[in-house]
Amino acid sequence: MMTPTATVKTFTIDGKPYSATEDETILDVARENGIDIPTLCHLEGILPTGQCRLCMVEIQGSGRLVPACATKPEEGMEIVTDNPRLRNYRKMIVELLFSERNHICAVCVSNGHCELQSVAQKLGVNHVRFAYLHPRFMLDGSHPKYEVDHNRCILCGRCVRVCEEIEGAHTRDLRNRGIRTMVITDFDTPWGESPTCTGCGKCVHVCPTGALAEKGKSVAEMAKRRHFLPYLALRRRGGK
Amino acid sequence: MTNEELVTIAEKEQEQQKQYRYRIMVCSSTGCLSSRSDEILAALESEVKQRGLENEVFVKKVGCLGLCAAGPIVSIQPDGILYREMTPEDVPAILDRLGGEPLEEKLIDTSEPFFTRQKKNALENAGVVDPERIEDYIASGGYSALIKVLTELNPAEVIQEVQKSGLRGRGGAGYPTGLKWSTVAKAEGDQKFVVCNADEGDPGAFMDRSILESDPHRVLEGMIVAAYAVGASQGYVYVRAEYPLAVKRFRIAIRQAEKMGFLGQNICGTPFSFKVDVRLGAGAFVCGEETALLQSVEGNRGMPRLRPPYPAQSGLFGKPTLVNNVETYANIPAILRNGGEWFAQTGTEKSKGTKVFALTGKVKNTGLIEVPMGITLREIVYEIGGGVPDGRKFKAVQTGGPSGGCIPENLLDTPVDYESLKALGSMMGSGGMIVIDDRSDMIDVARYFMEFSMEESCGKCVPCRVGTVQLYNLLGKFQRKEATEEDLQTLEELCDLVRNASLCGLGQAAPNPILSTLKYFREEYLAKIRKPSPVEEEA
Repeated sequence: MMTPTATVKTFTIDGKPYSATEDETILDVARENGIDIPTLCHLEGILPTGQCRLCMVEIQGSGRLVPACATKPEEGMEIVTDNPRLRNYRKMIVELLFSERNHICAVCVSNGHCELQSVAQKLGVNHVRFAYLHPRFMLDGSHPKYEVDHNRCILCGRCVRVCEEIEGAHTRDLRNRGIRTMVITDFDTPWGESPTCTGCGKCVHVCPTGALAEKGKSVAEMAKRRHFLPYLALRRRGGK
Repeated sequence: MTNEELVTIAEKEQEQQKQYRYRIMVCSSTGCLSSRSDEILAALESEVKQRGLENEVFVKKVGCLGLCAAGPIVSIQPDGILYREMTPEDVPAILDRLGGEPLEEKLIDTSEPFFTRQKKNALENAGVVDPERIEDYIASGGYSALIKVLTELNPAEVIQEVQKSGLRGRGGAGYPTGLKWSTVAKAEGDQKFVVCNADEGDPGAFMDRSILESDPHRVLEGMIVAAYAVGASQGYVYVRAEYPLAVKRFRIAIRQAEKMGFLGQNICGTPFSFKVDVRLGAGAFVCGEETALLQSVEGNRGMPRLRPPYPAQSGLFGKPTLVNNVETYANIPAILRNGGEWFAQTGTEKSKGTKVFALTGKVKNTGLIEVPMGITLREIVYEIGGGVPDGRKFKAVQTGGPSGGCIPENLLDTPVDYESLKALGSMMGSGGMIVIDDRSDMIDVARYFMEFSMEESCGKCVPCRVGTVQLYNLLGKFQRKEATEEDLQTLEELCDLVRNASLCGLGQAAPNPILSTLKYFREEYLAKIRKPSPVEEEA
């Protein structure tokens, strides 16, 4: 007797046919098959929120844009991951991020290891069409091992999610709104005084830029270690 | 509570009010209250007592009487007299003239289009019943729909009736209400929720506030009917804390309904149980977006999340949840009382019924109006609104708040319905309608709304968080006449990005004030582009 199996859906990405199980997202299938879709807020192992909007793909027919990281393909869907419109949108999003805070690679601990930098390079961003906003943010160096430089934060929310979902501490959250949104520790206390932080450092290593870093690192020295992530991904899938 | 008991309460109340020769009603909505209508009420009560008229004159507070421009308003029934701009000092004169010639200089002409062109459903009881007395609501037919629904119809039949009515969401997007109800009813879940979105936040909009202040039981009755239809056991009203009077009156309504057995366990002796609680918003516009609203009710930071899953499938605490706007619920009791077909007689093919608008800005009759769908913008502005005052020229009417757009003079004959307004690059929205005269610069208007969207962006997605700031700054360059041709191009490109790439509806609609002014008032933008200096031209 046949046992009921998971529904498998077939669809096309950039004209080629692919299939996905019920749990897989467009991004999962794309990465599995070597199709590159840029992402910043996404991280395998923590829940997708689709907030950086870089992984937007186009659904042919309607022209609707959906975030690949959080959208499951539907039967017969025709997905476009790359065209001039998407490329332009992605470039503009990266340029908006560069205009938002002071991302100065030359003095950044993550120079050369930075996801924002590499996404910009891949997308061919060579200038920023928007006016730089030049805000000034404080640096929090109160923690004995780590420091946070909000000038380099892109508000991807990875640190917030990894702390809540994986470490279970929920030390990090956000304050304010709009352009004034900030990642905070507990109720906006200095990191070093946080009673909930376990000092595990997961937030530092999931951070795509140099916003969260280990102390004592100089320019370009802060490579993030993500070797624990495959285990997180496994956990997320229930060990399957 | 049975139907007979309800009828008894209604008759007793009607009887009691009929004993009086005159009923004097004082508007006690926030607008009139802010110009001392509470003092008028107190003065009336004491003067009536002093004159020994307690058995002849019944003084009561009522909800919004509509013509806010003439507030505070006092209504005298059964004579059908409306007095404008009342003060406590006018009270003796009003009482002197009872039954005789009315006070000419304060009389409002009720034969004007402002009164005759309106058609009321959601506002049926506004200005008629005392919002703090359930008996008054019952006397005007209140809760009879609920009893009919609970005793005569099964949930599927209720939904059919709502579907037949063609009612669409009054919060702005116009999603078919019956379809939403049936989706939630069919969704599987051990518990379901009904939520009322009263987080009205568009600048210049006060429809939902006025409904809650004027007739809270109507909204409550609509919610209870909805809960029965979709199988929900718990309801929440999410209302912004900036509406203290609406909150107070809704809380009173909940307590009164509980006492009468319209809320709680085994409502009206049936197996159906339902509770309603109030949740206060802390002043975030984005919490009017349904997924952000649900986050906020759960106690989290109010930020929208991706849809799907839609709240109908996975909403509050992951359970199927029905989210409707105040005005949508306020339309429900009459639909169930009179039938869906009755409701569908009014309006256009795709937009049925009536819509409440808050008419504000440069228009003579500012106030709260309810009009049949399909009425033209011109009729609203010129007939109901009485046109632009001070001899100025009409320039545009803004609908849909920060998500809407500005509609110019030559398109004023557009009928008011969801599709037509959208086709113009604006939207129905929740019902804010701001009239703009020739003194206003359209770039100022666009920048005002962009500032609003920028301040109210939750900060989650990049296009809205940073894009709105860049748009705001670019408009500033136009204001200062420092903009270049390139800035105009960037402005348009960025509008396109924010519209197509933002995460939630608020971000996606944020460029509309710019896009609509670019479409209809492009020359104002072009006039502010800086001419390059000779040196630059050479370079």
